[in-house]
Amino acid sequence: MDHGDGVNAADVNVAGVTAASDGAVGGAPAALPGPPLWLLLELTYRCPLHCVFCYNPTDFAQSGPELDTRDWLRVLHEARALGAVQLGLSGGEPLARDDLEVIVAEAHRLGFYINLITSGIGLDETRIAALKAAGLDHIQLSFQDSSKQMNDFLSSTRTFELKSKVAALIRQYDYPMVLNVVLHRYNIDHVDEILRMADQLGADYVELANTQYYGWAWQNREQLMPTLEQVRRAEAVTKRFRERAGRPMTIYFVVPDYFERRPKPCMNGLGSIFLTVTPDGTALPCHAARMLPGFDFPNVRTMPMAEIWRESAAFSHFRGHAWMKEPCRSCPEKARDFGGCRCQAYLMTGDAANADPVCDLSPHHHLVTEAVARAERAAAAHAAGALTPEERPLVFRSPANSMKLSSCR
Amino acid sequence: MTTLVTATSRPALSRRFRLQWEAAQNAHVLLYPEGMIKLNASAGEILKRCDGEATVAEITAQLETAFEAAGLSNDVVAFLSMAAEKQWITVTA
Repeated sequence: MDHGDGVNAADVNVAGVTAASDGAVGGAPAALPGPPLWLLLELTYRCPLHCVFCYNPTDFAQSGPELDTRDWLRVLHEARALGAVQLGLSGGEPLARDDLEVIVAEAHRLGFYINLITSGIGLDETRIAALKAAGLDHIQLSFQDSSKQMNDFLSSTRTFELKSKVAALIRQYDYPMVLNVVLHRYNIDHVDEILRMADQLGADYVELANTQYYGWAWQNREQLMPTLEQVRRAEAVTKRFRERAGRPMTIYFVVPDYFERRPKPCMNGLGSIFLTVTPDGTALPCHAARMLPGFDFPNVRTMPMAEIWRESAAFSHFRGHAWMKEPCRSCPEKARDFGGCRCQAYLMTGDAANADPVCDLSPHHHLVTEAVARAERAAAAHAAGALTPEERPLVFRSPANSMKLSSCR
Repeated sequence: MTTLVTATSRPALSRRFRLQWEAAQNAHVLLYPEGMIKLNASAGEILKRCDGEATVAEITAQLETAFEAAGLSNDVVAFLSMAAEKQWITVTA
């Protein structure tokens, strides 16, 4: 990006799942990879919520024991030495770990910029004061919806009032207020109310993130997928809200990729800038990648981070373009979108090396358009009173449902 | 919204950003919630001098001394105007 007069700065936006680096990693797979700029630590799968759109793996209940404090601190040291700088602390609910403050303090000492990604449950004044003192930089608070009833229904808990209190604490402790709301068929029509709520809470940033269909969301895809009309209406409402003069509030609207004709440059290509460690220490090139077959994903208990990042097949296999099949291999757009999302290609076509079927050049694109068409039919039937969500129940994220889904696989 | 940057302005890095040298990238970066802006050498040199005390004229003079250059004023003002527009810095007259 050129800002003229010899002064330019490369934008690396690592928000959400897309990113654009300044070319440290590109078409040359032989070169040493750039640093894993974004380190996401999923500290625990424990979570007081039971969200139907959670991206955690549906078999999380069978995951091994969580890393202990010492392991997490070692991961921080090793990753920082590799050049990791943005740190996400997530889960599950990261506040379920009682050593969160210790982890934050060490990360701060090492020079990480620390983002806590939380439902807010478990965040009281004692903890937020301790986290602030430890050097936490930023809190992203998730809301399921603006209305108490829907928020509680979709997360299968009674949490809305608690979250409003947490939002007040976030302001009190002088954090930028970043709200994340996952959108789907049942709340996308409430975008105006959601934005008004965000405004009242004093939000600086609002991420309206349409559901990405992995994990529990994949399980519930048929029920969660909005219609094209709903998406376009929500976009228009967002645009109108942005144009309204008033307090500055940055609104990101993440378009659901099923409604696109080109795939997202997922993770800027696997193994490019992103490294996730799951609660049991498994290192993944993306938080959904554990589903990809054929990889023996390395564990931080037994392999140093440098070896994981630079040498393991799990991280190097999808670097560059050599793994691609047609139509990606000869496509001029491969350098922009890296063939899209490997997990989505695998989930929908059974082969992670295929083009992301979101792309209308993919021979599997009909799988996406058919899913959207089913959503249209379901919405029409629902409007006519023929089908209600109760008849095809949503599967809430819970250890019991996780065990059930694991055993029937 | 345009912020006027002049020789007497005192720019300060916004509280919403953290400026830091990253050896692994051989660059200064601006860090913010879930994001990062990698700065080129001149952008980094200018921003690290934006402490809310020094005026734009003083920052320019520091840079001209440090890099044995002359006539940087227009470049510095142009960059700081862009930085103010992007809200990386706040500017007091």
